[in-house]
Amino acid sequence: MSTATAVEDLLRELAPQVLGAFLRRYGDFDTSEDAVQEALLSAALQWPNDGVPDSPKGWLIRVASRRRIEMWRNESARRRREETASSLAPPEPEPVPADDDALTLLLLCCHPALTPVSQVALTLRAVGGLNTAEVARALLVPEATVAQRISRAKQRIKASGAEFRMPPEAERSERVAAVLHVLYLIFNEGYTASSGSTLHRVELTSEAIRLTRQLRDRLPEDGEVAGLLALMLLTDARRPARTRPDGALVPLAEQDRGLWDGQAIAEGVALITETLATAPIGPYQLQAAIAAVHDEAARFEDTDWPQILALYDLLQSIAPGPMVTLNRIVAVAMVHGPRAGLEQLAAAETDPALAGHHRVDAVRAHLLDMAGDQHAARDHYRLAARGTLSVPEQRYLESRAASMF
Amino acid sequence: MKYMILIHSNPKSRELWEEFSDAERAEGFGVYAALNEDLAASGELIVSEALADASLSKRIPVTDDRAIPSDGPFAEAKELLAGFFLIECDSMDRAIEIAGQVPEAPLGLVEVRPVMDLSAFGM
Repeated sequence: MSTATAVEDLLRELAPQVLGAFLRRYGDFDTSEDAVQEALLSAALQWPNDGVPDSPKGWLIRVASRRRIEMWRNESARRRREETASSLAPPEPEPVPADDDALTLLLLCCHPALTPVSQVALTLRAVGGLNTAEVARALLVPEATVAQRISRAKQRIKASGAEFRMPPEAERSERVAAVLHVLYLIFNEGYTASSGSTLHRVELTSEAIRLTRQLRDRLPEDGEVAGLLALMLLTDARRPARTRPDGALVPLAEQDRGLWDGQAIAEGVALITETLATAPIGPYQLQAAIAAVHDEAARFEDTDWPQILALYDLLQSIAPGPMVTLNRIVAVAMVHGPRAGLEQLAAAETDPALAGHHRVDAVRAHLLDMAGDQHAARDHYRLAARGTLSVPEQRYLESRAASMF
Repeated sequence: MKYMILIHSNPKSRELWEEFSDAERAEGFGVYAALNEDLAASGELIVSEALADASLSKRIPVTDDRAIPSDGPFAEAKELLAGFFLIECDSMDRAIEIAGQVPEAPLGLVEVRPVMDLSAFGM
């Protein structure tokens, strides 16, 4: 690991702790977050050359405090009169264990007053310790958009009256669910077939896994946190086999399973097995269990489809949704044959959430293909290709259509 | 999810605009300014621009490997692109709700189109 990378990892680990200490002391999210960001940037420039200071966290707090005072001096005279001198003293480097701070910070960044796009950007910067340019590159939006999103999100949090403290017990599970959704979005955002240069692009899948690990450290008893972490590990494990050198996506059935990350699979399987045995069941756990069954099959033909179908039945009963319905139908076809799947698809299609959805065409094409009806399969592959919003999926569906007679 | 909100103009809308009083035009600009402000505040705005008059447009046919610009938009077009918003939001429903606030929406001149991405499928 190069010095610069080691410094970067350390800074991103420390970012939420330093910000947490500031928020505990001052409570002003907007200025504190900007000040900590600037301290992180200074450290990223200086430490690789000058070496990491003895107390990195103390260094960051000192520099961020100075920066905060400068920002404060630039504020209006009215504001200046309202501040007291005591609010300028830097916080103690280790006021309380940092664990709670990091969790409180994560909950604040995923505050319900914010839209998901803002929650994602703010979480990546304030908790993930990424700078604005890195967040912008990772999300594929202009840097100015991210800067604006973050500053407006902080204003919204302020306007909502939210403070830096743990939400009351009654709101806790709902707020944690919002955090899990944001981490899931970050993971998905990174789960692309980007064939462009990834040299300076932070891997959002890895970042989502890192943040979910941190969350699991704080909430080890929460089955859904563990379930989401397992789901990410088991999905990301297939990454090396997922893309061809030319950028085309390889479907699960055709992946070279020898390329899968065995260590990540072992960790994910152990985690989901233990969690299912001890925690109340939830949708992330079930999705992880399904991913585990796929990952445990040495060859596609070895997949335990009856077990996958049973898990989808369970998922559909506790967290029904159009995509669950479609994925379950694929499992039905794998267990009971393509005709059984097509029958259920015809029934499912009457749901307005699925009517006209390209995934219905994609599943129908796949099942017709399985049933040997290549002419009809080709038409539906084409329809699906026209309806998708994903460039790699379109490419895949068009090539399937072309391979039919 | 990213969506492009395309705002077109047609002969009728252009005529309407020309007949507007200064106050009516100011009101129109005000609606746009407020929409921009709201979308910036919610974090959903990526970029929005109003395009200059189509008479300033250049077409680029390539002849003998050389681009030779000629004046004006595509001759037969009656509806011309007048401006756009690139937004990022949760769903098509939300994008439609935003597009409905564009002043030209009641004239049937506003279109919402999803933007393609590189997402992997079948996670």
